[in-house]
Amino acid sequence: MMKITRNRILTLITLVVFAGFLAYSQATFNPYILRIMNLCAIFTIFAVTFNLVYGYTGQFSLGHAGFAAVGAYTAALLTMTPVQKELNFFLEPIVPVLANVQWPFLPAMLLGGVLAAVVGFLIGWPALRLRGDYLAIATLGFGEIIRVLFVNMQRVTNGSLGLKGIPEYTNVYWSWGLALVTIFVTKRLVDSSYGRALKAIRDDEVAAEALGVKLSYHKILAFTLSSFFVGIAGALLANLISTIDPKVFLFFLTYQVVGITVMGGMSSLTGSTVSACLYTVFLEALRPVESPFSIGPLRVPGVPGMRMVIFSALLLLVILFYRRGLFGQAEFSWDWFFEKTSALRARLGRTGKTAPAPSIESEEEERP
Amino acid sequence: MTLSLFFQHLANGISLGSLYALIAIGYTMVYGILRLINFAHGDIVMLGSYIAFYGVVMFFLPWWVSFPLAILLTGVVGIIIERTAYKPLREVPRINLFTSAVAVSFLLENLGLVIFGARPKGFHRPPVMDTVLYIGGAAVVSYTPIIILTALVLFGGLMFVVHRTKVGMAMRALSKDIETTGLMGVNTDQVITFSFALGSALAAAGGILWAIKFPQIQPLMGVMPGLKAFIAAVLGGIGDITGALIGGFLLGIAEIMLVAFMPNLAGYRDAFAYSILILLLLFRPTGIMGEMEPEKV
Repeated sequence: MMKITRNRILTLITLVVFAGFLAYSQATFNPYILRIMNLCAIFTIFAVTFNLVYGYTGQFSLGHAGFAAVGAYTAALLTMTPVQKELNFFLEPIVPVLANVQWPFLPAMLLGGVLAAVVGFLIGWPALRLRGDYLAIATLGFGEIIRVLFVNMQRVTNGSLGLKGIPEYTNVYWSWGLALVTIFVTKRLVDSSYGRALKAIRDDEVAAEALGVKLSYHKILAFTLSSFFVGIAGALLANLISTIDPKVFLFFLTYQVVGITVMGGMSSLTGSTVSACLYTVFLEALRPVESPFSIGPLRVPGVPGMRMVIFSALLLLVILFYRRGLFGQAEFSWDWFFEKTSALRARLGRTGKTAPAPSIESEEEERP
Repeated sequence: MTLSLFFQHLANGISLGSLYALIAIGYTMVYGILRLINFAHGDIVMLGSYIAFYGVVMFFLPWWVSFPLAILLTGVVGIIIERTAYKPLREVPRINLFTSAVAVSFLLENLGLVIFGARPKGFHRPPVMDTVLYIGGAAVVSYTPIIILTALVLFGGLMFVVHRTKVGMAMRALSKDIETTGLMGVNTDQVITFSFALGSALAAAGGILWAIKFPQIQPLMGVMPGLKAFIAAVLGGIGDITGALIGGFLLGIAEIMLVAFMPNLAGYRDAFAYSILILLLLFRPTGIMGEMEPEKV
């Protein structure tokens, strides 16, 4: 009992500290760092939701890019000013229904999530009857269909011209707030009886069915919930980068999400979060690789695209030699934290030094 | 639509279909044996056409040397990929193998972007394949029949290997049951590697012919053909080589005819292939030639 209270208090303190950190960064950090922080949060949502479907339910779905596109376009079209829309749709006028609406960010984003969830439900309902690789292909196909539709619906999405001038509502409060909500909801779900059913499906579908787990119901539940949050993340992305076109949502995006999740560890939300942040920061840190640099007398010409090569090679190495990823199935928890720190303190003995803080970003984890 | 125009569309559809078929065979062979969707297959197609391109442009080889050499080298690349990225994962859950395939595909695409550059390159058709022929009133450029013929010849060769040689027999046995085949004294690793090499070589042939038909190559060119060929393989019943051929032709002809008869739907061409796939998966997941596989615990 004591422990639970202690953990709750610690979680609360961490959240407050984290909120303070967000407020501090929003006020003082430059836009470049803020954008990286926002992207971290968005990729966290992507990875956590992918983990829900793949890591916990065992369904290999590759539709992330498509659902993100639904959320992004919905939020973008609803938040843009009528003037901006007129400027954007110069080839063909926008459909009259959308021409004059302008919603605040929150309802627009929520509708983006809901629409993505509806699409997810409609896709999941037939597709989740398929297994393994077939499901992957079907969802990849659906993602591509959504993209092709968006390219062709000139009067709704402005086709391949994309949308420009989307208001930049996304800030670290929105992005990290929603990332925390996503983590929280997902964690509660996978720890509930539903979550046990999902894991049973992952471990052995036939056995789970024999034990009375309704396969399609649980799969669709996880899938729809995940697409809802993917839609939200898409909306955040659109209102962050302010320009979207169908090319943003190529399945390249899905591949990245798969990579992040695998690197973080299947069925570890901590892993997904840490991995998403590391990935985003790492990709930025690798920028110098792409510009010319010199080692002593040797001049290395910059190679654009080198970052992705390094990332994909790293991904392959993780899959081959470190199959568990960063965290495997482990999660961050306060109990674990204290066990580790006390062990560390014991090891350091009387050297008088304080134990260095563990490298995990504890702010992002909540364990009520 | 006049009859000659129809025949032109048909020829176009068949040549596109034979490209799909060539690429689909590689998918189907690997799937038949390892139950793995080799996601990197489309990028092997890309690799094949780039090697052929550089053979001609950089090493000044005549095309009839460069093309077979490219097919050979791509087969070797297929072996390397199989040995490094797939073989270590054969004993772990299949989903890991699949993730590994996704990673290989990601790596090949990005390597392609870095090494070959993102800018599309013009692929020069050999003059033999660039003359206009008139067959029964329909005008076709000579590459169309050449593509179809090459595909059929390669398919014939493959059928010979699979059904008339010892290694082909081993391949067929492996697709039924790997363990048992191993117990019968077949070196399963070698046979698997061989089928990867064969599949990659056919993919390279498909890639070169693709570049002849659409003479512009770029590092992401393999993605679409790869996915379409996969659809073709599923259409024909994945795991079945003849099925891949039939599926490829069907898909190619259907796509071209869709655009020919309903030009205003041309933008939806890629969505069309996927719609076929999804409908098929829902109603007959085993495809045209596939056998129903009972669920095993």
